[in-house]
Amino acid sequence: MLVRLAALILLIAPGFSQAQGFDGYGTPDGFRLPDPDTRLSFPADHGPHDGFRVEWWYVTANLTGPDGTDYGVQWTLFRNALSPEAAEGWASPVVWMAHAALTTPDHHFAAERFARGGIGQAGVFADPFEAWIDDWSMAGSGLSNLNIAAQDADFSYDLTLQATGHIVTHGAQSYSVKSREGHASHYYSQPFFEVDGRIRVEDETIPVTGTAWLDREWSSQLLGESQTGWDWVGLSFDDGARLMGFRLRSENGAAPTRGTWIGPDGVASDLPPGSLIMEPLETSETDGGAVPTSWRIRLDERSVNIVIEAINPQSWMDLAVAYWEGPVRIGGTHEGRGYLEMTGYE
Amino acid sequence: MIGWCLSVLAAHWRRHPGQAATLVLGLALATALWSGVQAINAEARQSYDRAAQAIGGGELSAVVRPGGLVTTPEYVALRRAGWKVSPIVNGWIDVGDGRVRLVGIDPLTAPDGTAALGAMANAPSDALGNGGTLFAASNKADRLRESLGFPVAEVAEIPPGMAFADISLALRLLDRPDGFERLVISPGGQRTAPLPDGLVIEAASATQDMAALTDSFHLNLTAFGLLSFAVGLFIVNGAVGLAFEQRRATVRTMRAHGLPLFALVIALVIELGAFALISGLLGIALGYAIAAALIPDVAATLRGLYGATIDGSLTLRPAWWLGGLGMTGAGTALAAAGGLIALARMPILAPARPRAWSMLAVSRTRWMVGAALACLAVAAIAGLFGSGLVAGFVLLGALLLSAALALPFLIERILSAASRAARSAPAEWFWADTRQQMRGLSLALMALLLALAANIGVGTMVASFRITFTSWLDQRLASELYVTAETEEQADALRAFAAEVATAILPIWRAEAPIAGRPGEIYSVADHPTYRENWPMIEALPDAWDIVARGTGAILNEQTARAADLWPGDTLRIGTDDFVLAGVYSDYGNPGAQALIATEAFVQAFPDAPRLNFGLRVAPDSVPSVMARLQNELGFEPSRMVDQAGLKAVSLAVFERTFAVTGALNVLTFGVAAFAILTALLTLSSLRLPQVAPVWALGLTRARLAQLEVLRALALGGITAVLAVPVGLVLAWVLLSVINVEAFGWRLPMRLFPMQWALLGSAAIVAAGLAALIPAVRLARMSPARLIQVFAHAR
Repeated sequence: MLVRLAALILLIAPGFSQAQGFDGYGTPDGFRLPDPDTRLSFPADHGPHDGFRVEWWYVTANLTGPDGTDYGVQWTLFRNALSPEAAEGWASPVVWMAHAALTTPDHHFAAERFARGGIGQAGVFADPFEAWIDDWSMAGSGLSNLNIAAQDADFSYDLTLQATGHIVTHGAQSYSVKSREGHASHYYSQPFFEVDGRIRVEDETIPVTGTAWLDREWSSQLLGESQTGWDWVGLSFDDGARLMGFRLRSENGAAPTRGTWIGPDGVASDLPPGSLIMEPLETSETDGGAVPTSWRIRLDERSVNIVIEAINPQSWMDLAVAYWEGPVRIGGTHEGRGYLEMTGYE
Repeated sequence: MIGWCLSVLAAHWRRHPGQAATLVLGLALATALWSGVQAINAEARQSYDRAAQAIGGGELSAVVRPGGLVTTPEYVALRRAGWKVSPIVNGWIDVGDGRVRLVGIDPLTAPDGTAALGAMANAPSDALGNGGTLFAASNKADRLRESLGFPVAEVAEIPPGMAFADISLALRLLDRPDGFERLVISPGGQRTAPLPDGLVIEAASATQDMAALTDSFHLNLTAFGLLSFAVGLFIVNGAVGLAFEQRRATVRTMRAHGLPLFALVIALVIELGAFALISGLLGIALGYAIAAALIPDVAATLRGLYGATIDGSLTLRPAWWLGGLGMTGAGTALAAAGGLIALARMPILAPARPRAWSMLAVSRTRWMVGAALACLAVAAIAGLFGSGLVAGFVLLGALLLSAALALPFLIERILSAASRAARSAPAEWFWADTRQQMRGLSLALMALLLALAANIGVGTMVASFRITFTSWLDQRLASELYVTAETEEQADALRAFAAEVATAILPIWRAEAPIAGRPGEIYSVADHPTYRENWPMIEALPDAWDIVARGTGAILNEQTARAADLWPGDTLRIGTDDFVLAGVYSDYGNPGAQALIATEAFVQAFPDAPRLNFGLRVAPDSVPSVMARLQNELGFEPSRMVDQAGLKAVSLAVFERTFAVTGALNVLTFGVAAFAILTALLTLSSLRLPQVAPVWALGLTRARLAQLEVLRALALGGITAVLAVPVGLVLAWVLLSVINVEAFGWRLPMRLFPMQWALLGSAAIVAAGLAALIPAVRLARMSPARLIQVFAHAR
């Protein structure tokens, strides 16, 4: 069986450094670059940013069933521009890619969709907000009140998300630095969603409640050439605080971290580089190879010393662009739940 | 033990090298035609599969709009309703000296395994977008690169004559703003929600129309292959039978010396196996040569009749040559089984005299007549109750078999009638002796009958078609001169010129657009008696030409009408406009969809189409002078003018090439049958000494006997030829009124060609006579001592 062409197109897109994840775009080639002076303006910035090479709308949800079982749900839409010039209809150089996943303690379901820009098969409108591809959608009056839905042969979900806090920006006013050479992105989140809805696991429909986290990020060159992948966490503590952190791994073994601490009041503070400590504890053998599914995370300035553990270590997204993404439980100085994403392990 | 037995058996072949050669040649010929045909079929099938896959995943069903195209908004609506569909466009693009079939897909949604997707994986980064790369078959890549002037990737796996592109590039190259022939549905991608108005699901089988369409042609080839294989087996049967007969004494001696039966049988099987292997390999080599020689014509035929493109080259596939060897082995076993069983059952001390006489003892004539009647019943059932191609071929096969089986009985009747009419003793002996030989000759004569009937049948079909085609050309090419202007200005000048010299100037403008959802070509047609009087309409509304002239109607070619099941009165979608289908016309030799609409409607629908082609009605004898004036006064290049006669010549040449394969196979089958007669007669002649010797002793000279031998062969060949005529005509009738309708959708009248039968009959008689010549000469030169030996031997 041949490898899916769509994946090849994305993987071989100009400037892509080796066979990494979807996030490894190198040189700009006429694309726009993130600008530290940019100030976000909503709702306009909820929509697509023409001229940038890659952008995503990324929702992860930690859910609980009536019997207390943990579930995780992912809904992601990626916008990839193959060239900076715009074109109408089928000639559009924009390729939309979407991932939907549902994780239970025993199973991990993942599905993907691809679509051409310019014909209406996929897209994002800022106001009223709507992001869609085929019959998967994320829509609402604004970003504070959303409905997300996706379905595939083995699973589906239909969730209502209600924001209980404000949008937070990461880095310096959304300018999030990724490498010492200056690779960066624009990055904001809505980490305060309460969720209510239903999931279908094979033939069983289960009512669920929980929390969700929306990430918005766009760039034209995310990683430097020597960077091989990243480990990202979005953690929701039971006391209402949130922690976003990531670690960028390099060929030379270095793995500098960055992050944002979001207090229960919604006030976000950019963490000094390296102040967040992320240590892999245990690795699990997955379909994509050995992946650390248990981590110790320390943030001394906030007295955080926790261990996160995957609810299902087999949360490998075995798709055209493959990575590990799944819900985690938090123990230690803080309790709670969150999501872990790891790329570049294949 | 088996070793020495083998060496004793082999000694026979050293003494009779001619016999060994006959056996090997017979087997090789049988294998050759069979495996040659198989090689052609395999090559073609593979091409279709690749093409079908390329066009729509082959085994996948699709969403289509009958008689129209599916639009992008409809595609998006289906995707958003959860349907896993992917758009396919396909059409033709002109390059230099021909056309290339262009298939456009959306690589992002195309089902896994789509051929185009695989081809594009060769250069994925350039695959997307309308500035992207075209992926083309090796035989067209250079042409496309030259004529389009942008990147063309050459991909070996792409079927010949095809190219793939991203859908945006394909839409641009086909000059189509929007609209797809079909949306293929990925496995499990169908939803229960109702389809938008006007869209329907086309089942998977319908997308494989190319394979189905060409089935008849390949079935035809296979039938020929089997026929000649059977004829070849008659030869083998003769040669093996003779060898066994001649070695009865040897076998008895070996058995008497203590050779166990099983060792003998094993030795014989090894011997036969060796023959099968040698002949099989030889036959496969021959078959390959035949296939290689025929395949360019086969490719031309398939292109001409069906628009199917196949490789003009052959690949050696293990399955093919192993299959060929298997056929040889099975054929040898079949042909030798009788002799082997008889030898195994022979009592050790049975008299070793040849069984020529005993062959007469058991008459199987009655059994064969019964079988013939049974076959006739099968044919009747297939003809009355069957439908489709397979039933047609069952009818054909059963009829032929029935005729072949009845042949010995019929000849027997004729001979006994002749025998009663005989006045002299030699004449009576001649007829009686001929009857006596029938048992040994019947198989060869049956082979001859089959070959002759096939020749007459296929010949009648082709000739009937040729006559129909010629008169159709006369109707279709009504204008005396066809001219293509280089520019609009030249076209205007032509019009002014025509007003002076021609009785009419008919615009024949052409555009490409989907017709009933198929890639097709649309021509403009003027409201002129030329069309009303001549156009070869098959079915039409009473005022068809008036409807067309009003601009609301269109007429469509027969094959598209049959394929889309659209008939006068229905609505026909051309491009994005709907027309009343006013009539259906015959359009032989055109694989594609074609429709005619009024000139005004054409200009409205295709404002950008070039308006440069015209037909001129002029007096036939003024054509050369008009052409000269066009060249001298208006500057028309000679290559831009075609007179009616020239066009007809080209069309007929295409037609002849189309049936060249059939002709070649006919000749080959006939040749094999003639060889079968030769071997049968050779076999008989060496067995017949005991019959001939007494007649010689009674005073008939050897020369006279030899003459009678030849005469007998001529008589038998003649009788068979006469009997083959009705069989061939029935065959032709089945081909024309059953097989052709199923295969092409063309109904053709049958015509009779007695001269052709006479020619074939003479050929059969000559072949039989020639075959009898060698044994006859041998008899004429036989030393009297050998004839006397017949009496000297104590039997």
